[in-house]
Amino acid sequence: MALTLKHLFAVIMLSGAFSLVSAMLFVVMDAVDVAFTEAAVGAGVSTVLMLATMALTVRVQKETKRAIILPLVVVCLVGVLLIYGTLDMPNFGAFDSPAQIHLGSTYLSITYKDMGIPNVVTGILASYRGYDTLGETVVVLTAGLGVILLLSGLKGRKDKE
Amino acid sequence: MKHHLILKVITKFMVGVIVLFGLYVQFHGDYSPGGGFQAGVIIAAAFILYGIVMGLENVQKVMPIWFAQKAAAVGVLVYALTGVFSIIFGFEFLNYHAISPEHPKHGQHYGIILVELGVGITVTFVMIAIYYSFAGRTPRLDDKEW
Repeated sequence: MALTLKHLFAVIMLSGAFSLVSAMLFVVMDAVDVAFTEAAVGAGVSTVLMLATMALTVRVQKETKRAIILPLVVVCLVGVLLIYGTLDMPNFGAFDSPAQIHLGSTYLSITYKDMGIPNVVTGILASYRGYDTLGETVVVLTAGLGVILLLSGLKGRKDKE
Repeated sequence: MKHHLILKVITKFMVGVIVLFGLYVQFHGDYSPGGGFQAGVIIAAAFILYGIVMGLENVQKVMPIWFAQKAAAVGVLVYALTGVFSIIFGFEFLNYHAISPEHPKHGQHYGIILVELGVGITVTFVMIAIYYSFAGRTPRLDDKEW
């Protein structure tokens, strides 16, 4: 439905609802922390940012006159290829999948011995992979700085004029 | 949103609950799902909700723009200084054993709480600052204009 809609408010609301549904999907797959993030960022914050952007620009998508046959063929081809690629993947929750038999089991057995905390994800993120998480935090800060510079700078200049 | 009385009353109640849940996700992250990133976005969502319903001026009385923008950098500083602390006491960068060398497990606990706090602070205030820079440019709209 979101594909044929031209009214952007409805499209944004639908994508927020889609995020909420995928958050529930993450809960079903036992990734509760990812579900938190998806619900708060995908359904909450980014919907608000999209609405703010829409308030600044236009409400309705422009009509396009171009033919849609070629893009449709390309999208279908890519979709078929992606589905073909998933056929080789291990089943969901399979005990002999590469994720379970290599490093994963090592971390599961040594994290509690090393740190005494039951949440292995936190142990890996904050301690074993502390460098990566520091980098990620810097990336978040840089992204924020970029948005602040791009969006707040112009306003200050306009006020001076 | 001048006349939405129900939304305002519910928002006042919900903001406290959301922030409390965010703090739980932040500081109980060693034991239950969650951590700095999750807690940060949850707490930021509380402020953004308040901003949508009560208006940008009111949320900026609680959380000024300059504070959000500067506090975002403090989080990275907390994280990095935890690593520097380890170096000063003769361990590797971000080796939490330095915090309590006799009890390495305690050191890991404190270290993880500290760096997660740093992540949480950065994510919270970056999200709020991004919201401010978007919302600050949006003209005031009546309900009908949507």
